[in-house]
Amino acid sequence: MKKDIILCGVGGDGIVSVAKIISDAALNRNLYLKQSEIHGMSQRGGSVFSHLRISDKPIYADVIPEGQADIILSSEPMEALRYLPFLAADGCIITNSEPFVNIKNYPDMEKVMAELNKVKNTVAFNANDMAKKVNARSNMVLLGATVPFLGIDLAELEASIQRIFGRKGEAVVNSNLAAIRAGYEFAKK
Amino acid sequence: MQKLLLLGDEAIAQAFIDAGGSAINSYPGTPSTQITEYVIKSKEAKEKGVIANWCANEKTALEASIGVAYAGKRAMTCMKHVGLNVCGDPFMNAAIIGTKGVLVVVADDPSMFSSQDEQDSRFYGHWAMIPMLEPSNQQEAYDMVFFGYELSEKLGTPVLYRIPTRLAHSRAGVERRNPLPQNPLTEPADASSFVLLPANAKRLYRNLIDKQPLFTKSSEESGYNKYFEGENKKLGIITSGIAYNYLMENFKDGKCPYPVVKITQYPLPYNMLSKLYDECDELLVLEDGQPFIEEHIKGFLGKGKKVMGRLDETIRRDGEMNAEKIAAALKLAPAKGMPVPEVVTNRPPALCQGCPHVDSYTALNDVMAKYHGKVFGDIGCYTLGFNMKAIDTTVCMGASITMAKGAAEAGIFPSVAVIGDGTFGHSGMTGLLDCVNEKANVVIMILDNDITAMTGGQPSSAHCKIAQICIGLGVEPEHIREIVPLPKNHDEFVKILEEEINYNGVSVIIPRRTCIVELKKHIGEKK
Repeated sequence: MKKDIILCGVGGDGIVSVAKIISDAALNRNLYLKQSEIHGMSQRGGSVFSHLRISDKPIYADVIPEGQADIILSSEPMEALRYLPFLAADGCIITNSEPFVNIKNYPDMEKVMAELNKVKNTVAFNANDMAKKVNARSNMVLLGATVPFLGIDLAELEASIQRIFGRKGEAVVNSNLAAIRAGYEFAKK
Repeated sequence: MQKLLLLGDEAIAQAFIDAGGSAINSYPGTPSTQITEYVIKSKEAKEKGVIANWCANEKTALEASIGVAYAGKRAMTCMKHVGLNVCGDPFMNAAIIGTKGVLVVVADDPSMFSSQDEQDSRFYGHWAMIPMLEPSNQQEAYDMVFFGYELSEKLGTPVLYRIPTRLAHSRAGVERRNPLPQNPLTEPADASSFVLLPANAKRLYRNLIDKQPLFTKSSEESGYNKYFEGENKKLGIITSGIAYNYLMENFKDGKCPYPVVKITQYPLPYNMLSKLYDECDELLVLEDGQPFIEEHIKGFLGKGKKVMGRLDETIRRDGEMNAEKIAAALKLAPAKGMPVPEVVTNRPPALCQGCPHVDSYTALNDVMAKYHGKVFGDIGCYTLGFNMKAIDTTVCMGASITMAKGAAEAGIFPSVAVIGDGTFGHSGMTGLLDCVNEKANVVIMILDNDITAMTGGQPSSAHCKIAQICIGLGVEPEHIREIVPLPKNHDEFVKILEEEINYNGVSVIIPRRTCIVELKKHIGEKK
């Protein structure tokens, strides 16, 4: 089993923190894991990314080589496209379809969607709307939508959510669980 | 023991606690910040009475470590690569002293993710003639802290411990060891070694030279440098630190056909490298950083067998190492992804919505539009003011004030400096004293957002003291102006700037409002 995942979005949107949940589930299964991220100046409203590598064999590099990522998980549609050089030929994109516009020259959305749809395995949907319905964060919905491609079961991720958010109380755990399930149900179709 | 999921930075921090470290004194800097932050937040460290401090700058921090070592205890000072320039003085002299029990941890930033240059700290370690460690993964990062202290205490030398961004900020499972107790308080065995009068220094420098063979012997024998046999002797490969991982990433079965020397400890192991040179037709040197090993192997004349690497640009000299670059150098054909579609535009980092610096720069831009002056910037979030066309320069920590002074004296008017509260505490104060002594015609804006924001909200050394410091350094109190940078105070801000620009002398304006990220964090915590 090997999954190389690029998590990406815009600095401050919290997408990189999703890696923590996948990592917890992977470690719990005794898989090897490396997760690389960038701190500092680039965090301030710019493009951000994290490389998450999970495998049942030892992993060498902390970053995913080009053309080898199995999944791009993005909180923002244009950001998903930025990391296409990393995506394997049979890789998939899970992305929020809602743009985050903090730059003046944000491209035409139709063109962005057209590029995304060129990738065979793209799941793009409005994660903000779906998250609102269950009163949770869009990142958790996106994580849910990744589950069918992840090689880690929904139940394992649910257990990780319990472990990570447990001390924040039942309400937080439940809203996150609802979000991840909503995303999962959507992507399964 | 169960594995902990730790950043490279955190692995070093946990190892510091477990290896009986007594005090960590550092200055924050990406990508090194999370080491000291981890120790500061660690309950375990607190229970053990471990001292963990953010200092005014890297020089004060490293000197504190030399003091800890004087007391016989284990010390650590962490910084980013350019911080080593700031503490160059104590660094070189700690080497002459032969300071025991000090690890100087320096995080280099190849590809400049959050830095102004790509300098490789190994040149410093070589210059200071001390052993260096350069772990290749998180587990080694943990283990080599223990080894570093053993080496330091056994051979009587500080140890430079180098990591690049990708190890500092990447997580992996790390197995802990049984913790060691801290060293007791002791007198130095050779107290005169801490008195660097010429008579002592000459003796100590000779000692340092005489110890070099011992340092090399350790590099040959410690087990941290490894020789891997390979069948194809047409090429011999030398890797440093994490470059080994990028090499092996190209061989999915874990078998590289060429002989490889994996370096994680310096001075370079002569026998291992000499064997590789003799056995192979050509050499390829792989380093995440500048061509340090390559330059040593090749020598100035570059005679003898062909040595490839970054010097001959077999691998581009700038930018971080990766698996793809190595694949190209080895003429392998790795997988390729799709190109980035043309529709994708850049999304550069920017000041946050609600950031106080935005209001300061808006006022400054309005005023400066009327003049032909210059604004000398500094290092921090507010460097992003460049994108607002608000600053003309950014060179190094503290250079805003001193460059403004030099420029004012050379005839630029108005000459304005913009510096943050953290950077002012780091190295702005001495420059301000220069300005006062020469009564330079400068306006210095000290943007006070209560914390060191860029690195994630560490305390700022001049917190709540900026106005007093300025008065103490001799700035006239009536030319120290404070304002809350908010849109509603814009007109007042502009008026203050106009008045102080037209005062012929040193003016300090302190726009003070808490960093918006920090404010949100606190609101979040209260909820």
